[in-house]
Amino acid sequence: MAVELTNVAPAMPACWRKETKTHKFCPGCGHGIVLKALGEAIDELGIQDRVIFTVDIGCCLLAIDFFNVDTVQTHHGRTNAVCTGIKRATPDKICIAYMGDGGGYAIGSQHLVNAAARNEKITSILVNNTNYGMTGGQMAPTTLPGQKTETSPYGRSVEQQGEPTHGPEMIAAMAGEGAYVARGTVAKPKVLKKYFKKALQAQMDGSGFAFVEALSTCPTNWATNAKKTWAFLEGPMAEEYPTGEFKVPGEGGKAE
Amino acid sequence: MATKPIEKDTNVFVTGNEVVAWAALAADAQIMYGYPITPQNEIMHYWTRLAPKYERRFLQTEDELSAGFTTCGGVMTGTRAFTATAGPGTILMQEPITMAEMMRIPLVVVVQQRGGPSTATVIYSQQEVNLCCYGGNGEGFRVVYSTAGHQDLYDYTIKAFNTAWKYQIPTIVLGDGYQAKMREAVTMYDPASRGIEMEPTKAFVGAEGCPGVDREPRFYRNTYNTEEELLDVVGDLKAHYDSFKDEVVEYEDSDIDDAEIIVVGHGVVSRACKEAVKALRQAGYKVGYFRPITLRPFPQKQLAAAAEGKKAILAVESALGQMKRLITDGLYGMTVPIEEYFKPGKGVSSQELVEKVKSMLD
Repeated sequence: MAVELTNVAPAMPACWRKETKTHKFCPGCGHGIVLKALGEAIDELGIQDRVIFTVDIGCCLLAIDFFNVDTVQTHHGRTNAVCTGIKRATPDKICIAYMGDGGGYAIGSQHLVNAAARNEKITSILVNNTNYGMTGGQMAPTTLPGQKTETSPYGRSVEQQGEPTHGPEMIAAMAGEGAYVARGTVAKPKVLKKYFKKALQAQMDGSGFAFVEALSTCPTNWATNAKKTWAFLEGPMAEEYPTGEFKVPGEGGKAE
Repeated sequence: MATKPIEKDTNVFVTGNEVVAWAALAADAQIMYGYPITPQNEIMHYWTRLAPKYERRFLQTEDELSAGFTTCGGVMTGTRAFTATAGPGTILMQEPITMAEMMRIPLVVVVQQRGGPSTATVIYSQQEVNLCCYGGNGEGFRVVYSTAGHQDLYDYTIKAFNTAWKYQIPTIVLGDGYQAKMREAVTMYDPASRGIEMEPTKAFVGAEGCPGVDREPRFYRNTYNTEEELLDVVGDLKAHYDSFKDEVVEYEDSDIDDAEIIVVGHGVVSRACKEAVKALRQAGYKVGYFRPITLRPFPQKQLAAAAEGKKAILAVESALGQMKRLITDGLYGMTVPIEEYFKPGKGVSSQELVEKVKSMLD
């Protein structure tokens, strides 16, 4: 018997805002998977009524009305700062900053580094797709050596542009006791959800700064089909950026 | 349980930065976010000493971008919050101020002007008028109070919180290094004793109830998709600004009616203007005095009325015409000449103004 497809509701986290689905990200973009993992983490922790979500400029801004939670769009790079301001004023809220690699590692790197240094009790989530998606595919701090982008059309030169930024490694090295730092990937959404839950739990426990980088995809700017998109995510990206927990409250932690 | 910081009128002889810290306490500000820059540092120094005694908080940020944006975040929770800065910090502060303009966040910023351009001096100037009134990639939807001394710093710091929250508009208290660092007599008071009720704050985010279940979630954005959409948004911001600007505008004047020359100055310079006019009047010269207190909105109509039929206006400032541009814009179409007395980065004395005005009339 044929399944009546129109009657099959897609499995959406309860905290997702159904009125704004389907979402606004490009087909094949990893943001949807990241935000699904985050939505499930929020559901399972039962914190929807306490979450305040802040989104950066870049593709992240499209998440402005993604959840049924109060959400503030900030400026490019300034999301960790706004999120910190909210948390400092209302410590009982669970404050999540959502940004891309440009926002977190380039224009807003001072805010990320100093939020970590102060062990701000916020949860910072950074989506690494190795380029600036919204502005049309420029080189990012996370662009791989040799990777072609609009501003590295002959491939990223390590000699000219340096090595890619390894955020979780940097944050784990500097963050204080009680911080949680991990890198997940949209290729393993269940593991990513686990990291998000632990990163939110760290904030709920007040133990320290929580930072999760999510390896993600950008077929629009990578100019890749589905197969090549996934191959890049699971191949060169995974090689450059090891996933795993880099710092766990009370445990230390190391890459997988 | 902490008591009110100021219970009854208290006469003190203190620096302007100390006055600002006390005024913010008296205004029931709950948290300050800040980054060190001279000459505003002692606002933080006094705040950090006083705050724990009254259950208030402080965060030292990594720069003024962060100071401004953390303040925006704090304000959006419905918490009375503020920051303070100067000079190059005022440049960085433009970015968070524009977000506050767009999203109508009641951000309060105290600016103690120092010399410019660049690092210049840490001492004094009036060169941050352009930045405070019209800095940023926008239209200057702010209120700017230019204070002339310590009583002003106390009064207008309190007032800035009320203006910001009443009209949901970023509000700047524009002082300078002289006011910041000099000591002067001031009466500190409990705002309630003057019939001043602190405007209630409002939470943008984090209200009671589960969003999507008990209430609609709130989404605050500053990004728009089309030209038409933005035209409407900025039109609404302008309509809002125009709806309250006549209530907010403030100025001070004297000896206008029979005056041949009107001396115009703002901030600490207006004190030299006032004194010069007094001395000139005693010597029989027909000279008037006008001081814009709000630089934004500018008391355009009031100055135009004062300038009508006069021989000249003398624009006096510690900058190369930043206030004068506001005057010129306000008086467009009038033929009254505007003379200049500009000393960027340097103070102005009443004696030199007396000589200047005499040279214009004799």
